Amino acid sequence: MTDAIIVTEGLQRRFGALVAVADISFSVERGEIFGVLGPNGAGKSTLIRMLCGILDPSGGRGQVVGHDIEREPEAIKRRIGYMTQRFSLYEDLSVEENLRFYAGVYGLSGRKRKQRVEELLESSGLAPRRRQLAGTLSGGWKQRVALTCAIVHDPPLIFLDEPTAGVDPVSRRSFWNRIHELSARGTTVLVTTHYMDEAERCHRLAFISAGRLLDVGTPEQIVARRDLHVAELEVDDGLAAEAALTAHPAVDEVSHFGRVLRLACVGIDAEMLAAEVLEEAGVAIRSSRPGRPTVEDAFVSIAKRDNDPALAKRGAA
Amino acid sequence: MSLSRLLAIAVKELLQLRRDRLTLGMMVVLPMMQLLLFGYAIDTDVRHMQTAVFDQDRSAASRDLVQRMVATGFYDVVGHVHGYAQTRRALRSGEASVALVIPANYEAHLRAGEPNQVQLVVDGSDPQTVSSALNTASGLVASLSGEQTRVALARCGVQGPAAIELVPSTWYNPELRTSVFIVPGLVGVILTMTMVMLTSMAIARERERGTLEQLVVSPVKPVELVLGKIAPFVVLGVVQMSLILGLGHAIFYVPMRGNLGSLYLMALLFISANLALGLFFSTIAKTQQQAMQMSFFFLLPNILLSGFMFPFAAMPRPAQILGEALPLTHFLRIVRGIALKGATMADLGREVVSLAAILAVLVMLASLRFSKKLA
Ligand SMILES: Nc1ncnc2c1ncn2[C@@H]1O[C@H](COP(=O)(O)OP(=O)(O)O)[C@@H](O)[C@H]1O
Ligand SMILES: [Mg+2]
Repeated sequence: MTDAIIVTEGLQRRFGALVAVADISFSVERGEIFGVLGPNGAGKSTLIRMLCGILDPSGGRGQVVGHDIEREPEAIKRRIGYMTQRFSLYEDLSVEENLRFYAGVYGLSGRKRKQRVEELLESSGLAPRRRQLAGTLSGGWKQRVALTCAIVHDPPLIFLDEPTAGVDPVSRRSFWNRIHELSARGTTVLVTTHYMDEAERCHRLAFISAGRLLDVGTPEQIVARRDLHVAELEVDDGLAAEAALTAHPAVDEVSHFGRVLRLACVGIDAEMLAAEVLEEAGVAIRSSRPGRPTVEDAFVSIAKRDNDPALAKRGAA
Repeated sequence: MSLSRLLAIAVKELLQLRRDRLTLGMMVVLPMMQLLLFGYAIDTDVRHMQTAVFDQDRSAASRDLVQRMVATGFYDVVGHVHGYAQTRRALRSGEASVALVIPANYEAHLRAGEPNQVQLVVDGSDPQTVSSALNTASGLVASLSGEQTRVALARCGVQGPAAIELVPSTWYNPELRTSVFIVPGLVGVILTMTMVMLTSMAIARERERGTLEQLVVSPVKPVELVLGKIAPFVVLGVVQMSLILGLGHAIFYVPMRGNLGSLYLMALLFISANLALGLFFSTIAKTQQQAMQMSFFFLLPNILLSGFMFPFAAMPRPAQILGEALPLTHFLRIVRGIALKGATMADLGREVVSLAAILAVLVMLASLRFSKKLA
């Protein structure tokens, strides 16, 4: 680990009998955009809360910005920004008042605070809306204000918990541009999401499911590790083809867009497999070409593979 | 502790309060309604008790007795009854709360100097009536028999002993008007109610709206949060207090005999204590509704045990101990002392110390309870 800003070892959190986060070890390098992916209830928010020092772990250790998450949470809090899952703005305060409040809470005062707020209003394009009450903003604008509030003290590390949930595609895109700008200036970003296009824009990814870390790496590494093969086929009878292919054990995923079927499988050439299976099923293939495996294919594959043997594993543990 | 963080929170609360017209309106209307309600409706003096007369003598002497009783102002004769059955009916139906029973040979016995008995039947379901009725009647009868003795002695040529007269001299509230006593106390009760309620919801609201998580993850210290949230409401409390005192003076002629400045100074302690208590509730309550219920629940012992409704001295010991722990108990002594008796800060030193101690404990409790952790 050269320059890790987050390091965890066997981090764990239980709520009664429920294990929300189980034995997670990973690290995040300074300046990275680190994505955490996982279905709802996977433990993403719980993990972030522990890293922010606002939730005690039930086991394991963690260091964030050089401080122990259990022993020095206050030292961590001064140096991180956190955008909670539902944008925590004061809806009865204006955009500017929200910013000024958070600036004050982070210890800025007087001229410094004023300057910083002006600077942020400009750089995030919020200036025209400065007097609008936060409660009357649309989702995209709220998200923009919430992000700005989270970086009001210019922290070296920010946590964004599902920042784009329920936000329109245009806002999502500009939000990600902003994240890349921050990253380019040296800010480390840990972001949770379940949008795959967003996952592809992260430098590195962690995939967690049911509290367990299933894989970590760059998007390319994660895809490459799976040994995935993808074929895009045009067929006569899409439904019949899908049924036949889905039933085959080597097939990970079949999706169809009109007449075009997309097929992903592990360790076998997808085009050859399709030719065999569909001939047997009596479906004619009009055209066939190889496709590029995506992060989404990788995650579907991981989740699927995890589900069957995992059930047995978890029962034993 | 950072002043700028404290200030940031106080300013935020003020801004939110300014936009919350409903709460602001309530803070003004509520005290006025309570003032009128308590000031006009509550009168613990029992005057003009409805009296039924069962006069079996129908003599000059018996009529004289009835007249004297009416003259005290405590008895209004609502009718004459004949027989105990009617007396009972009058009391049971509530037509009368007192009945005077004069025996058949009242005047004859009086003349003959024989022992005489007049009966006063009182509706005991309202204890306040009982004591009022018995007190005035026995006073009246005692002076009447004293008079009779002297008349009898004089007839025998003996100068009887001079009657001893008790001259009551009531200081501070000579007309014994309830409102003069109630209104200053009302300042305390209303402040307790509104201040505790306002802040009890303060943290619960942040929890409900999800902003608490954002606060908890910031470097803000619990004590900064507690003091920052209290500060703006202190101003509101002072405004409320002025409103009640001013209206009380204008409508009910409640005097202000002591120094107004020292009253306000001591009121600051009291207001802050209530706010800190509300905040403490707020750290326990999960939702705003729970917080609201807690503050209502808290109001009851305040009204019962503080000496607002019932005299503190007459309460049983355990109730008094509980009462001493309530900020209102001390503030009542302060506000009544200053407004009605012209007491000074030095006279009230004990109450000030008690209030300050309660405030310190509450701020500490609220700060300790406000954990910067979730779950
Ligand atoms: N405060 C809590 N008390 C009890 N269970 C909780 C609490 N917070 C989270 N959980 C549970 O922990 C699991 C993980 O939740 P969370 O971290 O919010 O998942 P995610 O953010 O990935 O959707 C869920 O099953 C959730 O119900
Ligand atoms: Mg979550």
